[in-house]
Amino acid sequence: MLKVENITKQFSGIVVLDKISIELQAGKVNAIIGENGAGKSTLMRILSGVYTDYEGQIFFQNEPVRFSSTKDAQSKGIAIIHQELNLIPYLSITENIFLGRELTNRWGGLQAKEMRSRTQELLNRLKLYVSPDTQVYKLKVGQQQVVEIAKALLFESEVIIMDEPTSAISDHEVEVLFDIINDLKKANKAIVYISHKLDELFEIADRYIVLRDGKHIESGDMPDIDHDRLIQKMVGRNIQVAKKEAGPGNEEKLLSVHDLCLKHPTKKNELFLKNISFSLGKGEILGVFGLMGAGRTELLETLFGLNAKSCTGSIEVNHQVVILTSPDDAIKAGLALVPEDRKNDGLILGLDVRTNISLTCLKNMERAGLLQEGLETSLAQKYIKELNIKTSSDKQLAKNLSGGNQQKIVLSKWLATKPSILLLDEPTRGIDINAKNEIYKLILQLASAGMGILMVSSELPEIMAVSDRILVMAEGRLTAELANHELSEDKILKAAIPKTI
Amino acid sequence: MITDTSTQQPEITKSEPAKTPSNNTAKDFRHYLVKFQSLIALFLLCAVIGLLSDNFFTVANGWNVMRQISVNICISVGMTLVILTGGIDLSVGSVLAFSGAVTAGLLSAGIELPAFDLFIGFTLLGGIIVGMATGSILGAFNGWTITRFRVPPFVATLAMLTIARGLTMLWTNGFPISGLGEGFVTIGTGWFLGIPVPVWISAVVVVSFMMITTKTKLGRYIYAIGGNENAARLSGINIKKVKIIVYSLAGGLAAVGGLIVTARLNSAQPNAGFSYELDAIAAVVIGGTSLSGGRGTILGTVLGAIIIGVLNNGLVLLDVSPFWQQVVKGIVILLAVIIDKSSSKNQ
Repeated sequence: MLKVENITKQFSGIVVLDKISIELQAGKVNAIIGENGAGKSTLMRILSGVYTDYEGQIFFQNEPVRFSSTKDAQSKGIAIIHQELNLIPYLSITENIFLGRELTNRWGGLQAKEMRSRTQELLNRLKLYVSPDTQVYKLKVGQQQVVEIAKALLFESEVIIMDEPTSAISDHEVEVLFDIINDLKKANKAIVYISHKLDELFEIADRYIVLRDGKHIESGDMPDIDHDRLIQKMVGRNIQVAKKEAGPGNEEKLLSVHDLCLKHPTKKNELFLKNISFSLGKGEILGVFGLMGAGRTELLETLFGLNAKSCTGSIEVNHQVVILTSPDDAIKAGLALVPEDRKNDGLILGLDVRTNISLTCLKNMERAGLLQEGLETSLAQKYIKELNIKTSSDKQLAKNLSGGNQQKIVLSKWLATKPSILLLDEPTRGIDINAKNEIYKLILQLASAGMGILMVSSELPEIMAVSDRILVMAEGRLTAELANHELSEDKILKAAIPKTI
Repeated sequence: MITDTSTQQPEITKSEPAKTPSNNTAKDFRHYLVKFQSLIALFLLCAVIGLLSDNFFTVANGWNVMRQISVNICISVGMTLVILTGGIDLSVGSVLAFSGAVTAGLLSAGIELPAFDLFIGFTLLGGIIVGMATGSILGAFNGWTITRFRVPPFVATLAMLTIARGLTMLWTNGFPISGLGEGFVTIGTGWFLGIPVPVWISAVVVVSFMMITTKTKLGRYIYAIGGNENAARLSGINIKKVKIIVYSLAGGLAAVGGLIVTARLNSAQPNAGFSYELDAIAAVVIGGTSLSGGRGTILGTVLGAIIIGVLNNGLVLLDVSPFWQQVVKGIVILLAVIIDKSSSKNQ
């Protein structure tokens, strides 16, 4: 049905897909499996016409194709249902399904009746028994997903890609979804199914395709493989970073967290973080691993005082209970957070390197209420030198630097606050291997100088190499705590994969 | 775009090249060029008007223009701060009217509190301080509704535009308040060291706020919030506090404008400052400040205000009909923004 040959995709020099060749079969559910960053999403974006700039070839129904846009891919028969649904909340189901391809009569007026009845047909076929006039925001997430599927069917799509379709829906809705998928199979559609929930894949998928580090590892029929071997295929690789030597006995605790809970932002009466307790010692690097949506970022944000109103539990820094209601409080308590999304949360891209670095500690840059350019420059120069930031000068705008150097600026601005506890959220995401290694070195240095480091990462080799201890999270809970000597990729992944279907 | 290839390029990792291989000199030069844009426009404007009208390049007319723009400069400086944070303040015209009326009322009649059998008279300084405090408080109220209830600045200040205008009507009963005394009138019409007092006032405002934006924490925070509010929050900046301060300053500066307007006429008009917010926004925009925040300078705004002032004055001198004046002004604003957009795209 859909064949991909030798697809290679690079982002500013980093290869994210390396000569991938796979085949997606009609009338089957093709599961694409891989860790975060394995290249699944990138591949799907190429197949659905989001990325048009790649090497290699795609054959659709034995014809070579090259989609120029998502619209092009859609009209040729490939639909993608994203994890975040693309519906317009205040339009009706009919209006959403026909958005951009409304049926009109010869004067340009809308053929409302015709569209409504076609929508009704689609909804009946998908067994969603609500009025086509219902506004989408009134539907449950699972129902909204069905609307997305209806949209795909209207396009007469032959290939339907579903990206983590069960991440936000209830068990019952999953059953409904699986019924629909089975019907689509019978109609000889090719389903591409991406999910972290392996149990679910064993239930619904016919074929598996494993990707790892942008490479195609193996494909086969689902019945021919078992759970453990699948995990092995996902992770099996050599670790390149030098392993950290076991840290000191960590007698001195810098940070202890007891029973930290965080309310769910949208679902009432549900917790997003559930009774999290752990401690971090002086000079220790504590890794936090979890799949997407496990609550890793939320944990760091809560520790940094960003969710003060919706969290409970206690946080102790240096054996003193602290109440952190804002980042400012957290900074004063000696915490620093290097956020996951450096462009949106870490840096002010339109300002220069120096201004970005000094932003967290302007108090120390003043004399008689006026900022001293000299102090700021020497602070910036100090970190440019220490962290080897490659920039033409400290007055270069942050947006003109490469990802690795931007990340070093974010690190600098936080080191400038002289924190005792450093929270790192995916500190090496999207940066090249050299910069990664420099950042690992820096992290190890900081730890040996006595800083406590809490590092969230979804890259297993990285987290295993750098951490003294690893906390594993799944669905807002701590599911495992593993010390350096008992680490194995299997153990970590098993604890990270959600148990509920 | 100017790129000087002879100077050293930044060292960058091979796999991840930086997007712009620019360097200091080229950057500075471009920076100046963008600044010069408004200056060049201003010179051209003056040259054209000067050629067409004999009265333009006279000392008297020069001071006249300066005095006229001094009010807009005060308001525009406050507006610049607000826009730098990514907000907008539509209420400045009404706030100007109310603060001016408050000062005028206190100076001419004081406050009578019959319930306590009390009369409070105001000295010149007292009246001025209360007037400015009024403006700041209304501004702070803007900031409070915007930060506390997340009302979009456009809506919050639109509401204040009406509220403050209504308060002005209530306070004045719809009639001008006149007879404010010699001392007060000096603020609007007096001279000091050969320069009109309003020009002194606006100069002091401009210089102090240039210092604040470039040399203080507050200024830095304003740019940071406008540039990326998330990053600013995570950096420990108290966003709410900064925004409330910024809107209070905008209100306070509108009040300063109100004092000048009231003093110049020796009378507080209930409809004073009507649509002044538009001239202020125009000055800020012509001055190259980005409406999405984070980018712009006080100096640019001052140039913008001067351009508008010279244009107004020139059109009057050239006897252009007031209806056409408005059309021309609108076109100038559009042109300024289009030029600014296309030049910043090249950066």
